[in-house]
Amino acid sequence: MLSYYWSLALHSMWRSKVLTVLMVVAIGLGIGASMTMLTVLHVMSGDPLPGRSHVLFYPHVDPLPLKFSTAADYDPADNMTWPDAMALLKARRATRQAAMAGGEVLVRAPLHGNSPFLIDGRYTTADFFAMFGVPFAAGEGWSADDDAARARLVVLSTSLARKLFGDAGAVGRSVRLDDTDYRVVGVIADWQPEPLFYSDSVSRTFGATDQFFMPLSVAVDLKLAGTGNFSGWGHDEDNTKMVSPTTSWLQFWVQLDSPDAVAAYRQFLVDYSAQQKALGRFEREPSQARLDTLAQRLDHQHLVPGDVRLQLWLALSFLVVCVLNIVALLLAKFLRRSGELSVRRALGARRRDIFLQLGMEALAIGVIGGVLGLLLAQVGLWSVRQRPDDYAQLASMDVSMLAMTFALSIAACLLAGFIPAWRASRVPPALQMKQL
Amino acid sequence: MRMDIRHVAAALRRHRMATLLIGLQIALACAVLCNALFLLSNRLQLMSMASGVDESHLVALSLQGTGNDLGRDTLLRIKQGLRGIAGVESVSMTNAVPFTQQAGEIGFRSVLDDPQYNQQGHFYVADNDFIRTVGVHLADGRWLGDDEAANSTSFLPSSPSILMSRSYAQHIWPGQPSLGQVLFADGAQRRVVGLIEDLARPNPEPLILHNTVLITGSNVLGQVFVLRTGPLSRDRVLRQALDAVARIAPDVVVDLDYSGTLSELRDRYFASNRAMAAMLCGIIAAMLLVTALGIVGLASFWVQQRRRQIGIRRAIGARRSDILSYFQTENFLIVSGGIALGMVMAFALNIVLMKLYEVPRLPLAYLPWGAVTLWILGQLAVLGPAIRAARVPPVVATRSV
Repeated sequence: MLSYYWSLALHSMWRSKVLTVLMVVAIGLGIGASMTMLTVLHVMSGDPLPGRSHVLFYPHVDPLPLKFSTAADYDPADNMTWPDAMALLKARRATRQAAMAGGEVLVRAPLHGNSPFLIDGRYTTADFFAMFGVPFAAGEGWSADDDAARARLVVLSTSLARKLFGDAGAVGRSVRLDDTDYRVVGVIADWQPEPLFYSDSVSRTFGATDQFFMPLSVAVDLKLAGTGNFSGWGHDEDNTKMVSPTTSWLQFWVQLDSPDAVAAYRQFLVDYSAQQKALGRFEREPSQARLDTLAQRLDHQHLVPGDVRLQLWLALSFLVVCVLNIVALLLAKFLRRSGELSVRRALGARRRDIFLQLGMEALAIGVIGGVLGLLLAQVGLWSVRQRPDDYAQLASMDVSMLAMTFALSIAACLLAGFIPAWRASRVPPALQMKQL
Repeated sequence: MRMDIRHVAAALRRHRMATLLIGLQIALACAVLCNALFLLSNRLQLMSMASGVDESHLVALSLQGTGNDLGRDTLLRIKQGLRGIAGVESVSMTNAVPFTQQAGEIGFRSVLDDPQYNQQGHFYVADNDFIRTVGVHLADGRWLGDDEAANSTSFLPSSPSILMSRSYAQHIWPGQPSLGQVLFADGAQRRVVGLIEDLARPNPEPLILHNTVLITGSNVLGQVFVLRTGPLSRDRVLRQALDAVARIAPDVVVDLDYSGTLSELRDRYFASNRAMAAMLCGIIAAMLLVTALGIVGLASFWVQQRRRQIGIRRAIGARRSDILSYFQTENFLIVSGGIALGMVMAFALNIVLMKLYEVPRLPLAYLPWGAVTLWILGQLAVLGPAIRAARVPPVVATRSV
């Protein structure tokens, strides 16, 4: 029976070609625009570290004075000060913990007589690699003892290692960064979390990779250049900056494997804040200490730019306009066929049959519109990829978004077909028969 | 025979559902259209903001390197070298120029120990050649004297005299004269001796474009060289300047992302705004297209449905123009209803956007634009079907449909 309705639907669509084309174009445009923006949002809000993200947490303590107004969009307490990060690091209350910050150094290439160039990377502590499950192509990370010893060593990305040393092994070699020599202890394999969740929000967070990693203690010793947000609120008269208790610039992550450990760590943060308050350093309520999940941290950083959400809103309201358009056209079309439908009713078709038959027509429009929408979405995504924004390169569809395109298109058309089909199925047969 | 609007309205009541739907579509289109036009004009306004410097004459070079490379001697040698390039009228060393990177941001206060840090401003620290080189204009007061440059290397040089962007001064001291006022920051006080026509911050954003303070002095915060040259020789000067830096200080790295003619830097800075503006244009065009298609579809349909009635009316004396104006009046009524509802929805949508995305309030002036656009669009869309209706011959009345 359904296949009969399907062929009736196609026949009816063929009879009023112009109207069909109008409806297909409308749904295609609406779906194309919506899916473009949904896909962009989808790739931007993916899990950066599948399998590990649920055990990673971001502690938050608030060292700001009470009178500090954080009305601006950036809260300096989002990053940690040196004394707090070191205290949490030394307490070792989590399975693993690491403090880190973005950095930029100048490389003097040993291989060719190349002119020096700048690279982005990270100053961090020993647990970083194990905690985030960073894969190594050669060598390994460093130990907590190396951190304490302020060892001049570095881990490179595969691409930087190749650029500096060619195909020869990089481990054990020496590389000059800024004005200091470092021993290469490891080369990490391709590893690119999207977004770069562990950095702070002012850094590049999409399509970025860290090209080098070195001990944080060394960076502080040598006062190397940072790339993140460096915010101070006290009078730092001694100009100690990096290690000042009133300057925040560090990100701090912990690994906690069980709900009990999470609860215990949260309590630890509250206790730590209370202790700092008792010492007169913190002024805010200890209960304001938080332990954010990775997802909460990403959300808090507003990684998805307002522009992208705004575009999604516009695209979705455009889809609603398209659907309303189709409802009106289908209604007119179905009611126009009242005569034909009455004959079918008079010959014994139930209301349900009429409803199904017309629903099939809406479905057919949804399927064809979905194909068109898919093509338009590919064009839309291509145009997004031409944009200068750092997330743009990620914009392409995966299988789930492909399926979603069809689902959305069919759902929109079925929804659009519902009222018209229902109205048409309730036309009393006798009245219409008389008019024939 | 003039068409009576009441008759058209009475006929519409027979298609209540379809009329309502197409009216609703127009209302929603109107709401989105007004807001999209408003967002678009905001973007265009931001992109055409005044930087306060003579962009067409300027070339900027952003240098990076470690402390040892970029000692004061090296910088002075580079400056000397750049000055020697043919066509370069003057060279200045600064921490930033508009459309590069934020270099120094600090909370300035008008009251010592004001607990609020909410008067954040960007400070330019530059040598005495800056004013002449970039071509900022004095609005009031005087320029900084050569003897007022502070030679400190701290975060914020402790110069006693500063220049300020006029709008930033108005923001800090609303309704008061700002010349001679004192600003506090970083444990020192500084007197405002001159106001400049708005000098843009290096990274302007909506609503914070010109919160800048200009201090003369040496700095170690970042080294940007800005060169003044003729509009036609900019590209050549840029090439020669890059060569000169490579020759004078081979170890110094030029940050190419933030080097170029000021016009290039402006284009680069607003690239993503341009992409957003293009996207808004696309949404506006698609919205108008779909709305027009909907009107064409429905109107064609009604014409087809009413062929016999049209024939009868023609047979009893209606002229073609009467039929034409019937359909146009009908469209005008539907679109007007849609616009009336659409204006309310436009404000509702704007309030949502204001809450979520810091969009400013939609000015009333956008509503008539949206309305007129939709009226014209409706009349154009219905024209085709209406002309077809007017061509229906009276003889149709005698045939069955």
